[in-house]
Amino acid sequence: MRASSRSRGVAVAATLVAALTVLPLVVVLLDASSAGVEEAVDYLVRPRVGELLANTGLLMGVTVPATVVLGTLAAWLVERTALPWAGLWRTLLLAPLAVPAFVSAYAWVTVAPWLTGFGGAALVTTLAYFPFVFLPVAALLRSLDPAEEEVARSLGLSPTRAVVRTVLPRLRPAISGGALLVALHLLAEYGVLEMMRFQTFTTAIMQRYAVGFSDASGSLLASVLLGLCLLVLTLEVVARGRRRVSRVGAGTQRPATRARLGGWTAPALVMLGTLVGLALVVPVATVLRWLGSAIGDGLVDDLLTVTASTVLLALLGGLAAVVAALPGAWLLNRRRSALTVLLERSTYLASALPGVVVGLALVTLAIDWARPLYQTLALTVLAYAILFLPRAMVALRAGLAAAPPELSEASRSLGLGGPATLVRVVLPLIGPSVLTGFVLVSLAVSTELTATLLLAPTGTDTLALAFWRETSALDYAAAAPYAAVMIVLSVPLTLLLRRQILEER
Amino acid sequence: MTDVQLRAVTAAYGRHDVLDEVNLVVPEGTTTAVLGGSGSGKTTLLRIIAGFMQPRSGEAVIGGRTVAGPGVWVPPERRGVGYVRQEGGLFPHLSVAGNIAFGLPWPRRRHHDRVLELLDLVGLPAEVADRRPDQLSGGQQQRVALARALAPRPGLVLLDEPFSSLDTTLRATTRDATALALRATGATAVLVTHDQDEALSFADQVAILTSGRIRQAAAPRAIYRDPVDADVAQFLGDAVFVPGEAATDGCVTCPLGTLPVRGQSPRGAVDVMLRPEQITLTPAGTGQLEATVRHVSFFGHDALVELALGDGAAEQRIRARVVGLQPPEAGDRVGLDIVGPVRAFPSRPDRPGGGQRDESPVPSSA
Repeated sequence: MRASSRSRGVAVAATLVAALTVLPLVVVLLDASSAGVEEAVDYLVRPRVGELLANTGLLMGVTVPATVVLGTLAAWLVERTALPWAGLWRTLLLAPLAVPAFVSAYAWVTVAPWLTGFGGAALVTTLAYFPFVFLPVAALLRSLDPAEEEVARSLGLSPTRAVVRTVLPRLRPAISGGALLVALHLLAEYGVLEMMRFQTFTTAIMQRYAVGFSDASGSLLASVLLGLCLLVLTLEVVARGRRRVSRVGAGTQRPATRARLGGWTAPALVMLGTLVGLALVVPVATVLRWLGSAIGDGLVDDLLTVTASTVLLALLGGLAAVVAALPGAWLLNRRRSALTVLLERSTYLASALPGVVVGLALVTLAIDWARPLYQTLALTVLAYAILFLPRAMVALRAGLAAAPPELSEASRSLGLGGPATLVRVVLPLIGPSVLTGFVLVSLAVSTELTATLLLAPTGTDTLALAFWRETSALDYAAAAPYAAVMIVLSVPLTLLLRRQILEER
Repeated sequence: MTDVQLRAVTAAYGRHDVLDEVNLVVPEGTTTAVLGGSGSGKTTLLRIIAGFMQPRSGEAVIGGRTVAGPGVWVPPERRGVGYVRQEGGLFPHLSVAGNIAFGLPWPRRRHHDRVLELLDLVGLPAEVADRRPDQLSGGQQQRVALARALAPRPGLVLLDEPFSSLDTTLRATTRDATALALRATGATAVLVTHDQDEALSFADQVAILTSGRIRQAAAPRAIYRDPVDADVAQFLGDAVFVPGEAATDGCVTCPLGTLPVRGQSPRGAVDVMLRPEQITLTPAGTGQLEATVRHVSFFGHDALVELALGDGAAEQRIRARVVGLQPPEAGDRVGLDIVGPVRAFPSRPDRPGGGQRDESPVPSSA
């Protein structure tokens, strides 16, 4: 049977990709276990590791709640109140996503040199990451049917109690999903924390690597980091709750009535203004200020070369991730089986892998098993594919959902064979999503720092690497042009995400 | 010649049997409605004819050509069968014209004439040709889906609950437009539905499908008047049941009197079935029987009147359908006449004698 042999091929491809995504995990754990129990205990049970744990915990304990409160409050103000210029605020609150967190840190370091250590780390990460909560919560608030709130009111609840008992429970998955992203980014963050001189596991691993590790200490630290990532994933599953939320009934939905702010309008505007000022205006203005003093001979040439190699790497990474995600996304949308569930879980797990772990694992793998691959473009692109596969997957699944099997059947019954159906029905429908996935991954690659530092072939320069080199040499003016290009390149990301909120229905 | 013949078609999803030796003949140029509740296997039946699913055993023959059977399998694109599903399933990336011309060969896709011809056929104005599917109402989308299916001139069109997502008034007009278009093209059609009014009014032949088996297939009037058993009777419209005893000379005696039976009558204890329309109300004291009105459900065009015959333990509840602007009120005494012969089925212990039936035995969702 033709159809089943084809889907077996897809299943094999998807399984291979899933195996690839968990490969870094396996390599790091194997390498760590080579240390032996005694050595591992010796290395891990030290005040230094305790300090790293405490720092990581402290940062997460402050930044995660702060982003949840700021993101949720901002989303509610923009989507559910009569806030003036809500559309403008929506864009401005997403815009910080266009500024890589380490660029934001650079700006703050030059503006307020006294702001280092925990305070600086918490401030910059909160400002850089609150959109991760704002985005899903705003999208959900837009899609929620106001009828539920109205029913609650008609059952005798006050407006506030109606929100607490109907809207808040529905927001739970969006809030916990956003908080998960923030927590995972905090665990994986290198640039910001290094610049703020605040030590966590990721910065410690990078330092071990910089001095050239000959033992398993890097993998041991990475294993602890992985353990923390898994802990965060598990906590999120608990926080999300078991209750299923289903949409009952088919009726058309009306937009929600916006709450009047009255006397609260001014404080709300001040709060959002401050947030946008700190998260967006400070970094952008700082970059622009330094840019003025950076203009000089050879700058444009150099910038063009670095940008070109960054774009090339970004396109390769985007292509690799989309191609790798395609079989799995197709399987997940069309067939539900034990394999697809496993696939879904492995993608989920891969989404929690920090860049430093993926980079470290591939370096270890190349040095021990495939020396010729060490410091090659191929290995770097592979790392990007593994790191950003989940993003490509999300976009592709949305696209495939827009091309349900019924439409293929309709095409078949109108006399078109399989290939013609693919060309005239499936590809036109999933095209935009494939492109979205490709762009999302490419943008992520173009500002990726940690894995690139570990893996990029010698002589390859990317915007992030060049920026990092200049900042590390404290040449803030020389770093500014690279930062500016990264921000400009990331603008489409903000626009894409903004559309995502608006289209949520 | 595009008739359809299903011979002993059996189908299953995994271990779950969906169709059990289904036999069905749809004569060329006619319309057959397959009426069944959710889970009866009616959509599976269509998917087998369309070629989206393979039967486990049995044969499907379209226009004299075996399309599915032992060692034979014709893929859907080579069957020349149009398919219209519940939600229309229009291609969202194409305009209305693009959708309608989709199945036409390349050179003809560029010509607008055929598209306009089809729009006219399904009763849509030419202006909608350039619209996108999401700019159309549900009924319009359904008509475009029909036009798209009819464009390659298929000999057979399959309709999978095409009207069930539309509201009542739109449903009637879309249904009429569909019937008209099908008749104009002369295509054979198989309609699957859970709506008995739709099946009876739309089709030349109605086939009742329950738990994977065809119980009866006949012309709408015949199947309504002469259902083969009590289940089919209940499935198709309102039915009144009263216990009775078979008498000689083709009659039964029951609380409604001695009544003539149409068709074969079993011996001994029977369940007597008649339609609520067969009971007419007369002023008290003038009918064959006397009854008390217990409850009236008023629908405007007619009313269902629940009546109590006799009293105490012997009380018998029956329902009558009456037309007219002045139905009786609860508590009134009325006279009854029974019009036309009744049906008699072997008595079954699970059948309550009171004719107390569920208003709509057919589930309302697919």
